[in-house]
Amino acid sequence: MAQYLLSVHMIEGEPAPAPEVMEQAYRDVGAFNKELQASGAWVFAGGLHPPTTATVVRYQDGDVVTTDGPFAETKEHLGGFWVVKAPDLDAALALAGRASRACKRPVEVRPFQDEPEA
Amino acid sequence: MTALDPAEIARIFRAEYGRAVASLVRLLGDNDQPEEAVQEAFTAAVQRWPSTGLPPSPAGWIITTGRNWAINWLRRESSRGYRHAQAALVHAGTDASFRNPAEMDDEVSPVYDDRLRLIFTCCHPALAPTVQTALTLRLLGGLETAEIARAFMVPEATMAQRLVRAKAKIKAAKIPYRVPGEAELPDRLRPVLAVLYLIFNEGYEASSGAALVREDLCAEAIRLARLLADLMPDEPEVLGLLALLLLIQARRPARTGPNGELVLLADQDRTRWDRALIAEGQDLVRACLRRNQPGPYQIQAAINAVHADAPTAADTDWRQILALYDQLMAVAPTPVVALNRAVALAEVAGPGPALAAVDALDLKRYHLYHATRADLLRRLGRREEASIAYDEALRLTGNAAERAFLQRRRDDTARGR
Repeated sequence: MAQYLLSVHMIEGEPAPAPEVMEQAYRDVGAFNKELQASGAWVFAGGLHPPTTATVVRYQDGDVVTTDGPFAETKEHLGGFWVVKAPDLDAALALAGRASRACKRPVEVRPFQDEPEA
Repeated sequence: MTALDPAEIARIFRAEYGRAVASLVRLLGDNDQPEEAVQEAFTAAVQRWPSTGLPPSPAGWIITTGRNWAINWLRRESSRGYRHAQAALVHAGTDASFRNPAEMDDEVSPVYDDRLRLIFTCCHPALAPTVQTALTLRLLGGLETAEIARAFMVPEATMAQRLVRAKAKIKAAKIPYRVPGEAELPDRLRPVLAVLYLIFNEGYEASSGAALVREDLCAEAIRLARLLADLMPDEPEVLGLLALLLLIQARRPARTGPNGELVLLADQDRTRWDRALIAEGQDLVRACLRRNQPGPYQIQAAINAVHADAPTAADTDWRQILALYDQLMAVAPTPVVALNRAVALAEVAGPGPALAAVDALDLKRYHLYHATRADLLRRLGRREEASIAYDEALRLTGNAAERAFLQRRRDDTARGR
């Protein structure tokens, strides 16, 4: 069973959806998460606070330097993600389709590297 | 023993490469070793066949030899501590069939499914269309990376990198190696047909370069379409695509003049059309009509079948062609279809209404939009506007034969002919 990251990206400055749309999305994502857990595809999932709450920590020349703000100076930021188990990409894409429908945003699918064999 | 022409081995290579790779991909579940195994097998064939003569089943011989190479490779790998399972799996089904030539043919038949699986992997929607096309030509067509790079006018290193990345993605993301189920099939078949049509079109109207037609790409697209039609005989759009390619290909001998210049459909010497290809294409169109599940490829094939029916250009049943374009617009309403419909409309209702239809289209970057406008303006006697439209069409095409044709038309128009 492979693992895939299903990530949802937010674009800075994009108008926020209407409150009722947001509420529907929360409900739909909650229902989708329950289905994932019931089916055994669930590994982990979560939504993130905005990038302004991020802090970057960097080990550098024997020191740990801490800086305010997100790592990447881009307009797109990770807003939330799922980690799911799926037998192949088709199965992962099918889950991502349902995830996108629930959260009402595009979902990027990326495979995790295989865990080293024990 | 018969003397063996090296060209015969080359022909077998082209015909059997995809099948052999597809068979070994199933066994090895990976895209590099199978190719290497098949290359090794053909290398062995080139050395051996001229003295031993052709084996009874060249495809079976290649697959078995490739598989033995792969087993040795897997043994080497497994001795390094992994892939035990794969080696055992491949090994289990092999020794007996290798010893018993009668079983070689058994090996060949289920392999058809392997090629079908492979084409769906190559044309997976998670891969970009350009990548789907390149992978299909490489893995199923057996074209060298350099040949594919030439066909699509990109540097060989770029194409090599594109293929390496695609194979890495197939492996890392676990793009499955299987024919999609009934429910997904219509969505998944679409890119497969699009890739074959794209390969054919690139061959039929090379987007740049001196020759109008790149015969190798046309032949490859038809070969793969035939294969797909053999494998999925109940998919009407698959038959429609094959019919379409055959009917277009049938006109190829008449499409260029003695100096390689473009000859329009209306001016072609129809005695030079390939009657065998037309008959085959028309049979397929009739089979599609009986099924009555029309789709874009079947309708386009039907349009070409109407052209093929006309002994001279003047005999063309343009009303039927216009009706078919209306049907095509209903299922595939694209601006390019609308442009082609306008060409038929000009024959039925005259250049005036056709020009109005063309002017409503947003296709200003497509050279045939301007070429069609130019022709309609010329027929309406609006010579200056026609010249401007020819200039615009010339500016947008890189194909030398088409450029020469447009230039000739433009000069004639300017001289008032």
